[in-house]
Amino acid sequence: MFASLPGVLFDGVAYGSLLFLMSIGLSVTMGLMRFINLAHGAFAMLGGYVCVVGMARLGVPFLLMLPAAFLVAAVAGAVLERTLYRRLYRRSPLDQVLFSLGLTLMSVAGATYVWGSGQQPVHLPGFLLGQVRVLGVDVGVYRLFLVALVGAITAGLVLLVRRTRFGARIRASVDDAQASAGLGINVTQVFSVTFALGSGLAGLGGALAIDVLGLDPTFPLKYLVYFLLVVVVGGAGSIAGTLAASLLLGVFDVSGKYYVPAVGAFVIYGLMVVLLLLFPGGLRRGAR
Amino acid sequence: MNFVKTIAAVAALLFAQGARAEGTIKVGLLAEFSGPFAGYGKQIQSGIKAYMKQHGDTVAGKKVELVLKDTTGPSPEIAKRLAQDLITHDKVDFIAGFGLTPNALAVAPLATQAKTPMIVMNAASSIITTKSPYVARFSMTLPQVTEPMALWSAKNGIKKVFTIVSDYAPGLDAESAFVKSFSSQGGEVVGSVRVPLRNPDFAPFVQRAKDAKPHAVFIFVPAGEQGIAFVKAFTERGLRQAGIKLIGPGDVVDDDVLEAMGDPTLGIITTHHYSAAHDSPENAAFRKAYAEANGEGTRPNFMAVAGYDGIAAIYEVAKKLDGKMDADRAMEVIKGIKLNSPRGPIQIDPETRDIVQTVYVRRVERVKGGLYNVEFDKFPNVKDPGKPAN
Amino acid sequence: MSAAPAVALPDARWRPAEVVFWLVAVAAIFLFPGHLVLGSQVLITGLFALSLDLILGYAGIVSLGHAAMFGAGAYTAGLLAKHGWGEPLSGLLAAAAVGAIIAWGTSFIAVRGGDLTRLMVTLGIGLLLYEAANQAAWVTGGVDGLSDMAVRDLLGVFPFDLAGRTAYVYSLAVLFAVFLVCRRIVRSPFGLSLRGIRDGARRMPAIGSPVRRRLIAVYTVAGAIAGVAGALLAQTTQFVGLEVLGFSRSADLLIMLVLGGAGWLYGGLVGAALFMIAQSQLSSINPVYWQFWLGLLLVVMVFAARGGVVGAAAAARERFLRGASR
Repeated sequence: MFASLPGVLFDGVAYGSLLFLMSIGLSVTMGLMRFINLAHGAFAMLGGYVCVVGMARLGVPFLLMLPAAFLVAAVAGAVLERTLYRRLYRRSPLDQVLFSLGLTLMSVAGATYVWGSGQQPVHLPGFLLGQVRVLGVDVGVYRLFLVALVGAITAGLVLLVRRTRFGARIRASVDDAQASAGLGINVTQVFSVTFALGSGLAGLGGALAIDVLGLDPTFPLKYLVYFLLVVVVGGAGSIAGTLAASLLLGVFDVSGKYYVPAVGAFVIYGLMVVLLLLFPGGLRRGAR
Repeated sequence: MNFVKTIAAVAALLFAQGARAEGTIKVGLLAEFSGPFAGYGKQIQSGIKAYMKQHGDTVAGKKVELVLKDTTGPSPEIAKRLAQDLITHDKVDFIAGFGLTPNALAVAPLATQAKTPMIVMNAASSIITTKSPYVARFSMTLPQVTEPMALWSAKNGIKKVFTIVSDYAPGLDAESAFVKSFSSQGGEVVGSVRVPLRNPDFAPFVQRAKDAKPHAVFIFVPAGEQGIAFVKAFTERGLRQAGIKLIGPGDVVDDDVLEAMGDPTLGIITTHHYSAAHDSPENAAFRKAYAEANGEGTRPNFMAVAGYDGIAAIYEVAKKLDGKMDADRAMEVIKGIKLNSPRGPIQIDPETRDIVQTVYVRRVERVKGGLYNVEFDKFPNVKDPGKPAN
Repeated sequence: MSAAPAVALPDARWRPAEVVFWLVAVAAIFLFPGHLVLGSQVLITGLFALSLDLILGYAGIVSLGHAAMFGAGAYTAGLLAKHGWGEPLSGLLAAAAVGAIIAWGTSFIAVRGGDLTRLMVTLGIGLLLYEAANQAAWVTGGVDGLSDMAVRDLLGVFPFDLAGRTAYVYSLAVLFAVFLVCRRIVRSPFGLSLRGIRDGARRMPAIGSPVRRRLIAVYTVAGAIAGVAGALLAQTTQFVGLEVLGFSRSADLLIMLVLGGAGWLYGGLVGAALFMIAQSQLSSINPVYWQFWLGLLLVVMVFAARGGVVGAAAAARERFLRGASR
């Protein structure tokens, strides 16, 4: 049984990387704007459908559709932030929940109307299919690609947040939006750009997830729990925390399904309640 | 005088509301028409439409009227409420359809309470027909189509099998039928896994199967999307390259989605009661009527043929009872009924009210016209071995 | 949050609108004899919404997992009926007890932490219970549901008929009884202290009010009521599906309550009626349209109509009265 451990762990890491990509936007939104955005999954779904449409209708190759998914979701995020979300930052959590729930329902209905309720297939390019042997373990090429890509994006994000002025503005605004505004930081702009970036990343994640998690109109609701889980456990606003939580949950979910398939899905929820009891503020202990 | 006439007309209208028009036979079609199982209701309805295209919509001087109700998925409470509506409001003579077992189980007690015959056109768990004396099934049961698979595998060099099934009544039926039969033939089941009913990602389960190094993986998932997801994981993990075969009841290579699944399905061997490629005059006529009623190029699957046979039985009942519907007499007609179905000859067992039919062994091949399940062996007159419920 | 009126002194008099409301509910038995099945489901959901109103409208706890207690109550009544104890009223009491225990047990986590943590915890517990019921299929029937319930005649005299009349009267009686209790609670000093907690929890200890104890108490009571609602559903439909514990049940309930207006006690009842009647009409035409317009309604409501239907009616009445007294 333990011979399979490296393979299972790798699968878990791949799954966790996908979760991270889709959740980091939500984490920053909740940490920065203190906004409970239950509609975050809709941006991931949007990215997924953009990818499918681009490949099926326009014949664009998969790899080129990835940045397109990012862009479309980012633009959608920017527009919605400007017009709707911005007005609700100071409203009660209940209002935010209702608003984002309403948006989610609309997106699910819209997707069903346009594309039907079935699963959308995606045909990956040949070089991303199959398995390779790495260090004596059979790993899927696509999952390897996922991990590498997300790793690169994470590195980029960390650089952005730590080394750029914009990143400094984000960190300042997360710490204390009022004081930052007092220092002359254009907090509104920070919010907008961050929301767009987060939505774009979710869209990218959604496109990448089609092959692993499938794509259908109920995507935002199906995986909402996982995103929220990752953010709450990892601590809103923390990249490191979100990453740790994603990987942890990914590994536990896959291992659970592999080793104790009878209770597979159970493991994640049980883990969440336990973690919430132990760390009510999230895993955000160390450096951000 | 005009005043009285008007009052009479209005009164007549008021009283007619909700009353059943005497010249129709109402059939409530309760199935999934939206959500992840939307294909089920659509196929059943398409099969019924094909029959009505061939035989017209009138029988014994009465018009046959379908009342559609959407259960939206495995939602027993919605199914029960809709069935109650069909009985009390629409006053249907039959409730038909039932794409999913949980929904059928919830409605069965109502059939008894209201004395309304219940025609099951897909749900495949053995215990359904035991829940009410007014239930008759025209589809299949999982043990019925699974046992031949076990028998065939044991005779053809497959000695070690890993089973994967969806965790609900039909899946458990399939698992226990296969394990029992296969073990009795000397085969060894090296591992078993049950996945949640709407599972998106089969990778960890398939990986576990691969690591157990069986000769074949036995799979049962509800037809449609789950089949697509599973075959994708099976291919991606390289099980075929490792020499592991894929066997199981025909749900995983459902005619409805087979073409879309593409070449990864080639060579999959399954046992089932209907293949769209079945070579018989009845099937040819069925396929023609189906295409006429539902669109050029559409292909029926096993749910469509069950809808076809189910409505055929209803027509038979109407003819034999000369249009005067009575639940107990209708059930008498249905028990023991024999039909020349597009799938082959079928019969309803008078004792269990369940279907007796031929189960074929098929392989997915690319023939003229696309990917099909080509039959190459068969087990005739198979009864449901799953009763009494385990 | 809602356009709450100035805090009124506890007033035990029955307003005319309230009397009309209950009379209509009774009259429905004779006016809509063919719709009593839907009617009893509306009443049951109304009861469920009432329990959410206690914790959301009066105590300010946003919960996305209230179905946990509802489902637990449903399975309790279902299992009792299935295994020989089919007496309905005692089934209700058992369900209330189970609902209360689960609520009390989870209240310690649920009242801790900020809004987001509470949301997550309630959501998580709901999902956990759903999965547990799914796994324990040998007890609950899993996806296939719990059937073969032998519910005995109500009070030994009234069988549960196909048209749903007994079910309707039963549900209405239980709803009214529980409503009276809730009405008493919110008009008591305890109820006032809840509103104080909702509006400013930090200030409450300053006047000597034990915040946590109050919240746990109301959460437990709400849990009991939710359990009763679940049991009613199980007994009147003679079936328990896994969806009684599902996320969409919790989410739909929240929507219904907000639609009707939280904090008025009647908001949940009105919201449940509007939501379910509209859903049964529109869903049968096209489920996609229903979902879309519901979402749109929510978005519009957040921006425009705060306080829900009952809140808007109360505000209109205020304006009218103010205008009349000039």
